Amino acid sequence: MTAKGTLNIKPSTGWQMEPIWLPSPEAVLSRLGEIATLGFRNSTLAEHLGFSLFRVIVGFLLGAIVGIPLGYAMGLSNWFRGWFDPIVEFMRPVPPLALIPLVIIWAGIGEVGKIILLFLAALWIMAIAARSGVSGVRISKVHAAYSLGASKWQIMRHVIIPNSLPEIFTGARVAMGVCWGTVVAAELVAAEKGAGMMIMVASKFQSTDIVLMGIILIGIIGFTIDMLMRWAERWLVPWKGKG
Amino acid sequence: MPGLQIDKLSMRFDLPNRTSVQALEDVSIDLKAGELLAVLGPSGCGKTTLLNIVAGFLAPTSGEITLNEKRVHGPGAERGMVFQQGALFEWMSVRENVGFGPRMKGMAEKPKREIVDHLLDVVGLQEFKEKAVYELSGGMQQRVALARCLANEPDVILMDEPLGALDALTREKMQGLVLKLWKETGKTIILITHSVEEALLLGERLIVMAPRPGRIHKEYNLPFAEMGVGQDLREVKKHPDFATTREEILSMIWDMEEEIMGGAAK
Repeated sequence: MTAKGTLNIKPSTGWQMEPIWLPSPEAVLSRLGEIATLGFRNSTLAEHLGFSLFRVIVGFLLGAIVGIPLGYAMGLSNWFRGWFDPIVEFMRPVPPLALIPLVIIWAGIGEVGKIILLFLAALWIMAIAARSGVSGVRISKVHAAYSLGASKWQIMRHVIIPNSLPEIFTGARVAMGVCWGTVVAAELVAAEKGAGMMIMVASKFQSTDIVLMGIILIGIIGFTIDMLMRWAERWLVPWKGKG
Repeated sequence: MPGLQIDKLSMRFDLPNRTSVQALEDVSIDLKAGELLAVLGPSGCGKTTLLNIVAGFLAPTSGEITLNEKRVHGPGAERGMVFQQGALFEWMSVRENVGFGPRMKGMAEKPKREIVDHLLDVVGLQEFKEKAVYELSGGMQQRVALARCLANEPDVILMDEPLGALDALTREKMQGLVLKLWKETGKTIILITHSVEEALLLGERLIVMAPRPGRIHKEYNLPFAEMGVGQDLREVKKHPDFATTREEILSMIWDMEEEIMGGAAK
């Protein structure tokens, strides 16, 4: 009640989140600007993210280089399927993160270990995608090619491989996503540079703004990778799903 | 003797549960070069198996096939095949699909283009030649399949229900096209169909097959294919003989179906 007789209520401010738990968007943004110019832990922001991306790309490419021929061999030969199907089917459901301790024992915590881990993450996905791409070919397409005079090798080159590309692209999208998730987790465990290392170290110093910034950047990059893969898919295999 | 001889063909499929299915028993057909044979029958009578054996995708249990005095082993370019659907290569344009056979033979670019252009004119798809095949309608896709088969200059064309998935109007148009191509190219054609009307319209000769075991039930020599060349196919259908033969075959197939159902119930 004021002197003039009006009610004057000041509402309670309630429970206020302190920036140490949840910093304001402005704070996160300004920290982004700061780290982008000054860097974090002797490396620029671009270096941190670039290292993570580099590991993902190398690991994924190695996984694809080995996995796709392995998948083709499994799709085409019973011998290969007999030997590798149990291995692939066993390894596929093992989360790559569960392999981190073993990879550290074998290859240490350096670049080699991380790339081996990402290679393994991509390998099984790519092998399964390539295999289902091969075995998914409609028998009438193969028959048609035979009755048009194509040899076995020509059928491989002109029918089976193009027919499997859409499946392989789907596999590549999944594998890139898994690799990106795995690299961040691997960097949480141990790394000199990398997006995961950045947020792990920041969390030890309670720099929540850096942690949040890192999470958002990781999300944006993961999303961008997927969009780029989709775009490449539309461009390279426009016949996907049209068979 | 030129032409296609199918001699005492039998095919038995062994099933995993130690029983077997006699898909074909003692099927013999003697086809002169340039004849159009329609094969008709209830489902499960082995007509597709017969075609797959002639194409060389399946090896028969016994019997043999001779094309122009040479025994047939495995698939070959002299026996072209047109499938019902989904056998075009969707990663290739219309032009590339039609040129597939010549390209596999290693033909030079120029003669190949001439063949492809000519055939696209014949089937009326010249303006669609750079399109992807999945952009075309079902009827147009089957035109591509026909042209692709013809580009290889096969002696025999095997058609496995090529018009089965088309709507009624497109189907009529395509029947006219098949007749026209048959007359113009003089190819030997075996056409499998489950439409009695189509078999009557297109088949110069017609074989009705019976199931379990798959065998030839009755054979006809028909005048309608000859009449249909250069004439509206609907006029042919009005012919009194057309209606009588159609009824005769329909009731024949009905009886077979009933027999199968009765057999299953016992």
